[in-house]
Amino acid sequence: MASPSGPLLQAEHVIKYFPIKRGIVIQREVARVHAVDDVSLEVQRGETLGLVGESGCGKSTLGRSFVRLFPLTGGRIFFDGQDISTLSRRGMRPLRRELQIIFQDPYASLNPRKRVGQIVGAPLAIHGIGDRRERKRQVQELLEKVGLSPEHYNRYPHEFSGGQRQRIGVARALALRPKLVIADEPVSALDVSIQAQVINLLADLQEDFELTYVFIAHDLGVVRHVSDRIAVMYLGKIVELSPAEELYERPIMPYTEALLSAVPIPDPRESAARERIVLEGDVPSPINPPSGCRFHPRCRYATEVCTQLEPPLVDYGNGHLAACHHPLNVDKETLARATVDQRRTPAKADESAKPTQPAQQAR
Amino acid sequence: MAVFEPEAEGIVFDAEETGGDIVGRSPWALAGRRLVRNKLALAALALFVLIVAVSFAAPLYSNYVADTDPFASNISGTVTLNGKTEPVLQQGGGKLGLGETPIGPTWHSKYFLGADNQGRDVAARVLYGGRASLEIGIGSALLASAIALVFALVAGFFGGWTDAIISRVMDLIWAFPLYLLAISLATVLLTAPNGLKIGFIHLSAGSLWVPLLIIGLVYVPYIYRPIRGQVLSLREKEFVEAGIAQGASNFRLIFNEVLPNVASTVIVLMPLMIATTILTESALSYLSIGVQPPQASWGTIIEDGQSLLYTRPWVAIAPGIMIVLTVLALNVLGDGLRDALDPRSKVRVKG
Repeated sequence: MASPSGPLLQAEHVIKYFPIKRGIVIQREVARVHAVDDVSLEVQRGETLGLVGESGCGKSTLGRSFVRLFPLTGGRIFFDGQDISTLSRRGMRPLRRELQIIFQDPYASLNPRKRVGQIVGAPLAIHGIGDRRERKRQVQELLEKVGLSPEHYNRYPHEFSGGQRQRIGVARALALRPKLVIADEPVSALDVSIQAQVINLLADLQEDFELTYVFIAHDLGVVRHVSDRIAVMYLGKIVELSPAEELYERPIMPYTEALLSAVPIPDPRESAARERIVLEGDVPSPINPPSGCRFHPRCRYATEVCTQLEPPLVDYGNGHLAACHHPLNVDKETLARATVDQRRTPAKADESAKPTQPAQQAR
Repeated sequence: MAVFEPEAEGIVFDAEETGGDIVGRSPWALAGRRLVRNKLALAALALFVLIVAVSFAAPLYSNYVADTDPFASNISGTVTLNGKTEPVLQQGGGKLGLGETPIGPTWHSKYFLGADNQGRDVAARVLYGGRASLEIGIGSALLASAIALVFALVAGFFGGWTDAIISRVMDLIWAFPLYLLAISLATVLLTAPNGLKIGFIHLSAGSLWVPLLIIGLVYVPYIYRPIRGQVLSLREKEFVEAGIAQGASNFRLIFNEVLPNVASTVIVLMPLMIATTILTESALSYLSIGVQPPQASWGTIIEDGQSLLYTRPWVAIAPGIMIVLTVLALNVLGDGLRDALDPRSKVRVKG
């Protein structure tokens, strides 16, 4: 199992279903939302792992399950070699110092009735670090680090702009000097110009504090800029996991290809020359996900096998994994050398169903 | 002398332009500013404070000004009017000339609002009655809010079974017609021969605590409902999740994150609640199941005045006016507080 020298965070077959309940006093479960369905991945020390996918694909749920904001339905999560998946809230407390989260909405994530000093100092107070004076000093230092003024200590969140508020959220997450920070769409609520500022801030802080990030976003442009590796999620599953540049140059999963073709290109001529793949239909309901490969109803390469067998995660070398029966950008030799990744393949997927043919012409 | 006053000229400086203090203005301070700008609400507050002040000064009035005991019957008492000594209760009087008629309002004696049918000074009794009514009204509103707040925080925060059980109990109380519940509680409590004993607490039947507790209890669900709803939505807010992610205990989440956000709702409800409880107290006392004689409250004085309505209407009108003024002031104040504390309120804050 993972040792302290292994990956900082390791997720094994993590499952999170949200029950849909009916009834007034006696509630029974009528259905469940398959938010995260058997996801295995690891986060190496010092890296930034990008987590992308459409809205509702479970990327935020996965990120939140890493900090154990709720109990898991199944699977295990190891942080620094320690199994945290079944720890109680009390048991999690000491680990909170090393594992923090930055929230998406800078308006909802700061208590409107508390001063900035109280908000950023709360983690210090909870973990009993320093006396009042010492905490104030540390908070003011943090405020300076994230590009705010120490004099903002006594102000209230409503007196700040969105970007400044997100800086407060960053300062709060860093107050305990964590090792791992889950950034749950930290910039999606901000203006583009402010987005760049906050991303650069996060990058600077990563160096200063030797942080490891899990960076959740739905904007591939943003993720490309910050990530070392990228995991692409679709309907609760990891469909492709790859070093960042390789993913952009050589997407294997058709869903990734479609996502990349939607990234805006600033040059209009280049933009016009590119083939845009428009996915048909909506994301299927995660309450009742499609059989086989979950992407098959929208995939232009899909064949019979995609509707029946769930594809295993196949390792195409160089740490590039994809779950697809009809891989793109793969030649015959690579395909022959590729092996099924037993450890990270979901339990329900068919491990013998390694693809034999590259993708045929699109429908 | 013509002094240029920008505010008087209708020119208002924005807080940002004039350069604010580096200490942020808390939402409370902003609300205070908005309240101060609301002249009507301030007037209502002043009126309420005045009523409270004079009511609590009742002993001063009866001891030093009127020099009477407002609780002792004074059937054979006399009063000096225009140099003549006259009985407080006069035989005959009125159109029919039957029974006894107390003296009416007069500027020339200590019986400023006249006397009631036991010869007691109505003015002093209205003041004492106001003290009792306000004590019960404010006390029961505070009691109801405190109980409701605790239950609402617990039910809304923990949800599930805790919420289901607490909310059903509240529904149970709410299902009773309010006055019927209060009347039946009062009947039981007031007829207990030696008063009420709960552990160390001993209440005699005539104690003001009895109506206070009854009224406080029956209004709990009315405050519980809106606050629970608010807690329920606050609990799902990201800043509560942030607290969990930092390792905060439930206790800390409830008191540090949720409570400050429902406090304004409680504050807005408070004056409206006091107005309602004062009305309820008066109604119960009027029905003789609230404040017990010889104690007075506005409700009991109205009841006393009922039989004198044709001859000495002021006995009933005076406490009635006091009730109307108090309730009106509290309602206007409550509206003002809501405007001041509601972040979506349309009142603009100017520096």
